[in-house]
Amino acid sequence: MTGPTVRWEVRIRRWLGEAGAHLLCGAVAVTCLFPLLWMLSSSLKTQATVFTDLRLLPAQPQWQNYATAWTQGHFGSYFWNSVRYTISVVAGVVLVASLAAYAFARLKFRGKELFYALLLATMFIPIPGSFIAIYVLLTKLHLINTQLGYILPQINGSLALGIFILRPFFEGIPRELEESAKIDGCGRVGVFRHIMLPLARPALAVVVIMTSLAVWNEYLLALLIFSSQALMPLQRGLMVFQGAHLTQYPLLMAGMIITIVPIVAVYLVMQRHIVKGVTAGAVKG
Amino acid sequence: MHFWQSGSALRRIAGNYGFILPALVFFLTFSIYPFYKVATLSFFEWDGIAHTPTFVGGHNFLELLRDPIWWTSFAQAAYITVLALVFQNALALGLALAINRELRAGRWYRVIFFLPPILSGIVVGLIWSWIYDGRYGVLNHALQLLGLGAWQRSWLSDPATALTAVAVIHMWKGFGWGFIILLAGLQSVPVELYEAARVDGAGPWERFWHVTVPLMVPIFFQVSILTVLGTMQIFDVIVATTQGGPGYHTEVPVTRILATMLGSSRFGYACSLGVVFGFVLLASSMIQQRVARAVYQG
Repeated sequence: MTGPTVRWEVRIRRWLGEAGAHLLCGAVAVTCLFPLLWMLSSSLKTQATVFTDLRLLPAQPQWQNYATAWTQGHFGSYFWNSVRYTISVVAGVVLVASLAAYAFARLKFRGKELFYALLLATMFIPIPGSFIAIYVLLTKLHLINTQLGYILPQINGSLALGIFILRPFFEGIPRELEESAKIDGCGRVGVFRHIMLPLARPALAVVVIMTSLAVWNEYLLALLIFSSQALMPLQRGLMVFQGAHLTQYPLLMAGMIITIVPIVAVYLVMQRHIVKGVTAGAVKG
Repeated sequence: MHFWQSGSALRRIAGNYGFILPALVFFLTFSIYPFYKVATLSFFEWDGIAHTPTFVGGHNFLELLRDPIWWTSFAQAAYITVLALVFQNALALGLALAINRELRAGRWYRVIFFLPPILSGIVVGLIWSWIYDGRYGVLNHALQLLGLGAWQRSWLSDPATALTAVAVIHMWKGFGWGFIILLAGLQSVPVELYEAARVDGAGPWERFWHVTVPLMVPIFFQVSILTVLGTMQIFDVIVATTQGGPGYHTEVPVTRILATMLGSSRFGYACSLGVVFGFVLLASSMIQQRVARAVYQG
């Protein structure tokens, strides 16, 4: 065997490998995208054509479906509820988790490591059925069918991951920065607000995106506590709409597009942070 | 010590607790209390309304041992879990390996593969229940075009296919998680190790088995633990597709717990189901962790 033929073989093998990889990835990518495109396409058809016109690009796109879904399908109300819940929970998590993570990273208090271990345990030890107790508790507190009753448990739900992501980040910030701020007359709250929080922005972004995903997509708690349609978020609204208008597929599809557009947009802008959040929650022994 | 000093020390300690207190209050109220409540309520019979639950000792646990629907739902979730462990994770690993070879457009694939995981179980369930639909579904339409019309059926309402059809939806939604984690793991393998193996004359397969696999073992197990926990607790996708039907053919533990609580108003029994389910999940995670450690050191 001579030199050039060996190199030729290697090149062919590499090319075949690359082609195979593209074949696999491409096929999977198509199955990922097709249902979404199908959803979009169906949302632009009429009730009459949605089952017969199987083209991906409908002849006459029915954009008014979105207006109908928004108003008559109540998706406008569901949408703003979801926005409000997401912003509230994210704000709560950022505030509570960053305060606690700072305390875990820098301050001394009794029971610190025990509390931290318990917090992490709730991340990895599932308590199926804990929603029963939360339901009972919210009933006792008269928070069933209220916005606060939906927001508070979810703040707790994302707290552990938030603290878990933020603590090491705070620990990595050089102490000298804090010391010099203290010399400049900053109190501890001042140090936290003006030094630590701004520096922790990358970690906070991860917390924000992971919490937003969890809240925007939440269904079980919304099912348990809401009986007023006016308070329901999108996921619950989709099921209510589907139950009431079983056959209005184009409007349901429009509602689903309304539901996924914000989260997909946020994902596309912040995907680097999502990767960090997913691996932070997972690569932990 | 002057009094003003001790005052500031006090304030200092109070301040320290001020940082941690909000988290502690949330945690005690919404994590510890429910944990305690579920554990204790599992020894009671309670309809959720009566002022005082009735203590029944271990009766709920004896009953659930002989509850066929509960164990059916358990076995069905386990079936989906086994499918996910094998196929979903094999796919995730295959894709991670493919992308890891610095594939052109790899970045785009990565963005696309994580799209299904960011969608809610409700949205995913609703779109797939249409794909699977017996009369208008895209799947049946595609089979017709391929000349496989005989295979057409109403996938989600046929007892023979419903559970597997749901499993496929779940795996479609979930493989992106494993993919992202495995890819991050692959990229953390030092390139020098591959170079060294190449110098020693190792081919691609040998490099995979002797360099990649040993370093990835902890991550494999991490993904498998997450897969088991995530899949056993499957819920949203079921609600949006079959609601547990036809009959009890796609019933899973979480739908059972919910039906026991809201449908039959048996809060205590629902709690006992939750307790047993929690123990099984915890045990399975610990066993996997143990095995991982044994493999890792062996």
